[in-house]
Amino acid sequence: MGKLLAVVLLVIAIGSAIPILMHTWWMPEDISSHGYMIDKQMSETMAESGIAFVAAQLVLAGFVAMFGDKKNGRKATHLPGGAKAVVIAAIALVGTEVLALGVFGKDAWAEVYFKKAATDALPIQVQAEQFGFYFRYAGPDGKFGPLHPDKIDEGNQNFFGLDPANDVESRDDIIAASLVIPVNKPISLMMHAKDVGHSFYVRELRIQQDFVPGLDIPMHFTATKVGKYEIVCTQLCGLGHYNMRAYLEVKSQEDFDQWLKQQSQ
Amino acid sequence: MSDASAPVAHQHAAPTGLLRKYVFSLDHKMIGKQYYGLALVSVFLGMILSWLMRFHLVWTNAAIPGLRLLSKNGAPGGVMTPEYYLSLLTMHGTLMVFFVLTNAPFAGFGNYFLPIQIGAEDMAFPRFNMMSFWVTFVAFLVLIASFFIPDGPPISGWTAYAPLSAVGKDAGPGLAWGQNLWAISIGLFCVGQLLGSLNFIATTLDLRTKGMTLSRLPISTWAWFITSCIGLLAFAVLLPACVLLILDRVAGTSFFIPAGLVISDHLQPHSGGSPLLWQHLFWFFGHPEVYIAIVPAMGIVSHILMASMRKPLLSVKVVYVSMIAIGFLSYMVWGHHMFLSGMNPFSALVFSFPTLIITIPATIITMIWIGSIYGANLRFHTPALFSLGFVSVFVAGGVSGFFLAQPSLDIYLHGTYFVVGHFHMVMGVAAIFGILAGTYFWFPKMSGRMMNDTLGKIHFWLTFIGVYCIFMPFHFLGFAGNVRRYSTFVDDYLQPLLPLHKFISIAAFVTGAAQLIFLYNLIYSRFKGAPAPENPWEATSLEWSTTSPPPFDNFGGRHIVVNHGPNEYGVDGAHGDFIMQDSPEPEPAAGD
Amino acid sequence: MQLSKSCTATLTALTFAAIVTAAPGGGTVTGKVTYTGTPAKPKPIDMAKEPSCAKQYTTPLMTENVVTGSGNTLEYVVVYISAGAPDESSAPSTAVTFDQKGCHYTPHVLAFQVNQELKVTNSDQTSHNIHPLAKINREWNKSQPPGTPPISEKYDKPEFISVKCNIHPWMHGWFAVVKTSHYAVSDGSGEFKLPNLPPGKYTLTAWHESYGTQTQEVTISGNETKSANFVFTAKPY
Repeated sequence: MGKLLAVVLLVIAIGSAIPILMHTWWMPEDISSHGYMIDKQMSETMAESGIAFVAAQLVLAGFVAMFGDKKNGRKATHLPGGAKAVVIAAIALVGTEVLALGVFGKDAWAEVYFKKAATDALPIQVQAEQFGFYFRYAGPDGKFGPLHPDKIDEGNQNFFGLDPANDVESRDDIIAASLVIPVNKPISLMMHAKDVGHSFYVRELRIQQDFVPGLDIPMHFTATKVGKYEIVCTQLCGLGHYNMRAYLEVKSQEDFDQWLKQQSQ
Repeated sequence: MSDASAPVAHQHAAPTGLLRKYVFSLDHKMIGKQYYGLALVSVFLGMILSWLMRFHLVWTNAAIPGLRLLSKNGAPGGVMTPEYYLSLLTMHGTLMVFFVLTNAPFAGFGNYFLPIQIGAEDMAFPRFNMMSFWVTFVAFLVLIASFFIPDGPPISGWTAYAPLSAVGKDAGPGLAWGQNLWAISIGLFCVGQLLGSLNFIATTLDLRTKGMTLSRLPISTWAWFITSCIGLLAFAVLLPACVLLILDRVAGTSFFIPAGLVISDHLQPHSGGSPLLWQHLFWFFGHPEVYIAIVPAMGIVSHILMASMRKPLLSVKVVYVSMIAIGFLSYMVWGHHMFLSGMNPFSALVFSFPTLIITIPATIITMIWIGSIYGANLRFHTPALFSLGFVSVFVAGGVSGFFLAQPSLDIYLHGTYFVVGHFHMVMGVAAIFGILAGTYFWFPKMSGRMMNDTLGKIHFWLTFIGVYCIFMPFHFLGFAGNVRRYSTFVDDYLQPLLPLHKFISIAAFVTGAAQLIFLYNLIYSRFKGAPAPENPWEATSLEWSTTSPPPFDNFGGRHIVVNHGPNEYGVDGAHGDFIMQDSPEPEPAAGD
Repeated sequence: MQLSKSCTATLTALTFAAIVTAAPGGGTVTGKVTYTGTPAKPKPIDMAKEPSCAKQYTTPLMTENVVTGSGNTLEYVVVYISAGAPDESSAPSTAVTFDQKGCHYTPHVLAFQVNQELKVTNSDQTSHNIHPLAKINREWNKSQPPGTPPISEKYDKPEFISVKCNIHPWMHGWFAVVKTSHYAVSDGSGEFKLPNLPPGKYTLTAWHESYGTQTQEVTISGNETKSANFVFTAKPY
């Protein structure tokens, strides 16, 4: 029975490791200026945790294979070094790992959260709502009109609650259902929730951030590759959560300018 | 303390009436069985819900026969609606976390065996004990009642994030009365757990028999004691959180709801609340809750491993200290559930550090288990297999914690199936393995009959391989960015992942079906199993010094005197390679 | 506010209305609904998030809360007898259908009678959610996966109910639940027709989702056709 358990443990360890090593299911190509740091951290963590996982399963497998009950009353022995060796090894191994991951891992986090958006960043407001995302550009005047929750009228495409009758700044605001941005240009996203909690997740951008009702949360990034990607919601927000998505279209500066011009007509 | 005191006289006489004996029983053993039975019903219910969800995920537009009967609105023509999927998701999580993982390893086994293991006749407060179960039972009924109201159970998940959970019907089906029932149920559950935790603490401290010093407590009792300390602080926070949630919902307060929310075209009449307040309160409970589920399982597994290895762990004291450290640290890490929640990004780093640190005591315990197997004489009976399986899945679930403890990786992995894989492995599967190991180990004592070992082993192999087939791919899905809590996968990038989802669903059906073998074994053995001897596993703790099942007062009027530590295996004893805790021989050299 | 007032008025009026049996034949009221001023331009709807719907349109679908025709006519105005008509003893046995096709409600405004059966169908390949925001009647909120049977509902009180799909925020429509069999919705050229009116003095109400309600009196004295036109004031925003 011990041998069988050892074999099964072996198969589990190897079977789990193969898809990871082969990257059968893995992160898509990174298209952000900060993502390489997250990817590096991910690979290092994968290596350390992977080795820990496989090693623990293999040692467990070895021990259960070796130390089954022999019925002949063998005297129990102890691991050389005893508990002291185990504790020291655990603290040394995991402690180093913890320190390494904790200290070096903070850089990627700092890049996203501690740095302010560049001063020339393009400001875009994103509103999350049951169940979609809407994006607002300031328009030619460079100003966002104020929001009036009581003016929201979705049947009339007024998702943000703008009041162009009274607010001059709102009249030229551009509302889009897709996030269209120029490539290689810093984007400053102002995140606003209309109703309940949501989240903004673009795998390729290595960006994920919750929307919190009542808070306006800033977020910034730079996309480095032209293309069309999916924005999805990762915070349970109600029955249409599965269908809450939008497209991110990264365009060249010229294409973006042209798109913007089209929108403001 | 009570070390020198004789066991107190039984505070209540053996009942004769059916109602007093089986229903409103004051006997800790019956209450323990009641908790276990409630957990058993909940776990199969929760499992069926997971089957329905897994079916819907891969055959989205297919009708499920009979589902229409369960809910007309939730499954028109038998096809599950998105909101009904979320209702099932909420109920699955709530049933499993609260009514299974908290009830069985802690309240169930703890109630039955803690008093026996310390040589007491009952819990310190038998009436509180009865009340704690019946409050929990009412909580269960209230929760289940939500299936039978027209809108069905709530759709806000077991975490019930505000404002989705707080604003009522505008936010979706199930969020009117369904969510009220949920909040009332969880509030009641907290009351039951608080009463139970107080009882466990008082019993462990005050009712130990002569000679049962703290260092002679079996490791399982230590685990239950530590868990009750964690539970006392954790449920004491969730209870007021539930009260505030109910007030927001029915009394028009705004603890969790800010101003200016427009939901279903309706400007909500609230202002001034914060959704983050709910998250802080919930996770201040929620993270320790993980340890409320896993620490008793650690204790049970350690207890069983020693009896199976025929030798003590390398050091039980190190395990105690590590478990206490885990319990202590568990109160400093709740923020790691909220890295991306919009709280100050500096606090993410602050919460990240103790989260990474907590892996040190967890690793020490794991390495002690594995290291102790070296030089053992392992007996591979079913409880031992499940205990070894526990160690394996605990490692598998633990290493993924390294990823999630780092805020920078959470940016990618938060909200994906990676998280689902992590907590199912480390909390769900590991704790269930602890429960199953405990069941096979203690069933003979609880029922007086042995369980069938062959069926037990078949059950183990199918379950062990099955859970890896189900939950390991969850991590792969997470790396591919597969978002969790989706009722259907409509996104373009998720389409290539559907075959893997199909594999998981099929594995879930097979593994779930294997649990029927366990259920059959449990019921068959209860009535037709071979009679159990007093000490079938040749174990040392006090529950094995009495008859199977124990008499009403646990030791038949005997005054138990403890002369030995709990882990004296691999020594030359009177009856073999072990010494019972209450063996009369003088203690040899201080063990351990 | 205006809405519930008009409904209350309808109810009160109907309570005191003389019981007259509706006879085939009788008088007819026809008319045209127009506007003055500048209405807001319809806005294109971007359905990018639901490709299965988006691909059904070569030119984008436009918002329908103000739909105008040539000659300043106004579509989707509900015109009905709000007072003076006899109480309807029973609702018609035929059901009305509200369809979801291309992530769009057809028709945009659906008028039907109290206690008449309403069938909601889903002709799309995606799940829809139908959430009529009733304030007087019982509010319900149901999802309808593709291929499932129609949802059948009834309303027992007159009300103008805004209908939305929670899954697709741009989807908006109206149920006009009236307590009379004499109602019509103005067509693409702003025209409506109320036939088979027995002789009597009636209050005619016209309701538009963005521009509110208007009423006028009309007297039918036999087998005649009377004209009643409504003019709404349009707002640019």
